[in-house]
Amino acid sequence: MLLTKDVSFEHSSSFQLESIDLHIKEGEIVSLIGPNGSGKSTFLRLISRLISPKTGEVFLDGQSVESMKSQDVAKKLAMLPQMQDHELDLTVAELVEFGRYPHRGAYSKLTKEDEEIVQWAIDVTRLNDFKNRMLQSLSGGERQRAWIAMAIAQRPKILLLDEPTTFLDISHQLEVMELVKELNARFDMTVVMVLHDINQAARYSDRLIVLKKGKIQFDGIPQCVLCKEMFQSIFEIDADIYQENGKSFFTPIKLRKEGFV
Amino acid sequence: MKAAGVKEHKNAHPFAKKRTVVLVALSILLVLSCTVSLMIGPVSFSFNEIWSGLFYSDESLERRIVWELRFPRVLIGLIVGMCLATSGAILQGVMKNPLADPGIIGVSSGAGLAATVIMIIFPAYILFLPLAAFLGALITALVIYTLSWKGGTSPIRIILVGVAINAIIGSFMSALMLLYSDRVQSVLPWLAGGIAGVGWVQFEMIIYYAIAALVFALFSIKHIRILRLGDEVAKLLGHNVEKSRFFLIILSTLLAGIAVSVSGLIGFVGLVVPHILRIMIGGDYRYLLPASALGGGLLVVLADTVARSAFNPIELPVGILLAFFGGPFFLYMIQRRRDSFASN
Repeated sequence: MLLTKDVSFEHSSSFQLESIDLHIKEGEIVSLIGPNGSGKSTFLRLISRLISPKTGEVFLDGQSVESMKSQDVAKKLAMLPQMQDHELDLTVAELVEFGRYPHRGAYSKLTKEDEEIVQWAIDVTRLNDFKNRMLQSLSGGERQRAWIAMAIAQRPKILLLDEPTTFLDISHQLEVMELVKELNARFDMTVVMVLHDINQAARYSDRLIVLKKGKIQFDGIPQCVLCKEMFQSIFEIDADIYQENGKSFFTPIKLRKEGFV
Repeated sequence: MKAAGVKEHKNAHPFAKKRTVVLVALSILLVLSCTVSLMIGPVSFSFNEIWSGLFYSDESLERRIVWELRFPRVLIGLIVGMCLATSGAILQGVMKNPLADPGIIGVSSGAGLAATVIMIIFPAYILFLPLAAFLGALITALVIYTLSWKGGTSPIRIILVGVAINAIIGSFMSALMLLYSDRVQSVLPWLAGGIAGVGWVQFEMIIYYAIAALVFALFSIKHIRILRLGDEVAKLLGHNVEKSRFFLIILSTLLAGIAVSVSGLIGFVGLVVPHILRIMIGGDYRYLLPASALGGGLLVVLADTVARSAFNPIELPVGILLAFFGGPFFLYMIQRRRDSFASN
């Protein structure tokens, strides 16, 4: 589905991504975790072509994204960046209609099919009661769902989410995560997301990838990745790991760095 | 069933009613103000008199004043206002910044400098003044765009570079006026901005450019809307952000250049009209852009009518009048808006 070969990126001498080889399979939910500045978001931005890699290539369905037209990439891949404009004068429905842009271009009208897809995206994200509301009048969780609705109206095969739950309260966080799960289960969307909450990542993902200093340090199913060694080497904390119903989760115990304890 | 549902949501848009009311009201006011503008002046005419002045070509006084003097002036006021407000609206949309205006990022002063050079140093080439103003604006826009390029542009960098360029051009302008202080007299009215003494010649000079640019502006609405989603989102949807931003900046420059070439430096219209309308009908450019064009035309026609009749026999430059009344009105609107936010 998605393949990166020797992808590297350099922003400054202090920040770089080094030679990342990764294969993301169809239908997977993959979460990228790691400390601040580890390159998670940068990696998503490289995949989505928002920035170009210094070396290496990203392949989408076997095609190099560099060689594809932007609109063709947008038909297969949708991404929700971290920050959106909160001042947009659009209703939910108007925002979601933009998801059809890659398929229609700027000048043609929405077809009946487009309108059905827009309505589908609104229904899936449970925004039908809000579709004529202005974005500014929505709560943070509703607004986030509206942006997700726009992204899935692109009918992408792969959905990239950059910290979709940051700034949301806990119930809205779960709402977004459940939505992601549903999109994956019912509509077969491959999901790659950056998450800060490691327990949520472990609970909702098929696979965790841990980045630190621009390198992949761990890659595997949550039960394998969530271990004491990972928390020690990546986050420099001691943590207790628990298992319940086949899901792993952790509680932080203490910092390992001296001077703080 | 589906189609009906879609129609329903269009009708239920929270701004739907306001938009219709504002657009219709602007159109009616525009026609009224043009009519009134034809009627009043040092010599006032009745409606019947301007009617015959417009449509019966004879040697009467009405004909000469209405057809030869007032009508082209009203039309030019209309075009200048439409171009300025559309230019401002486009720039504000592209930059996602309510302060973006050809006057603020230096495009207008680029036109002003070129025109001043012609008037002061090469007065023999005065016929080329509109062309020079136009080129001045275009070159300034290209310089700003080039200087703000750093592997791509960003709205804030364009604005900052523009403000700096504006200051530099201002210093050139002051230097010119000091060096040629004996000839400044001829430049001042132009710098103050106004359409006194314009006629059919000027009208014919700009009308085709204006129509072309305004039609392009209508087609550019879709680009503005998608850019307003933010650079990243627009790129992710497969839109070529840099290309359409460049195209829109040039279009905005041309619109400003068309206005400046006949009216001199009329500020404020491009900044204030879209802003006030945005407060009234929201920021959807499918409505805001046409409304701004109508509002700009209305404002300049009205202001010109007042400027030439209120202090008869002295004529005030429209630019000064607009700044004098527009400034406080703008402050009032901002104040009111803050109140309404606070009460929410």
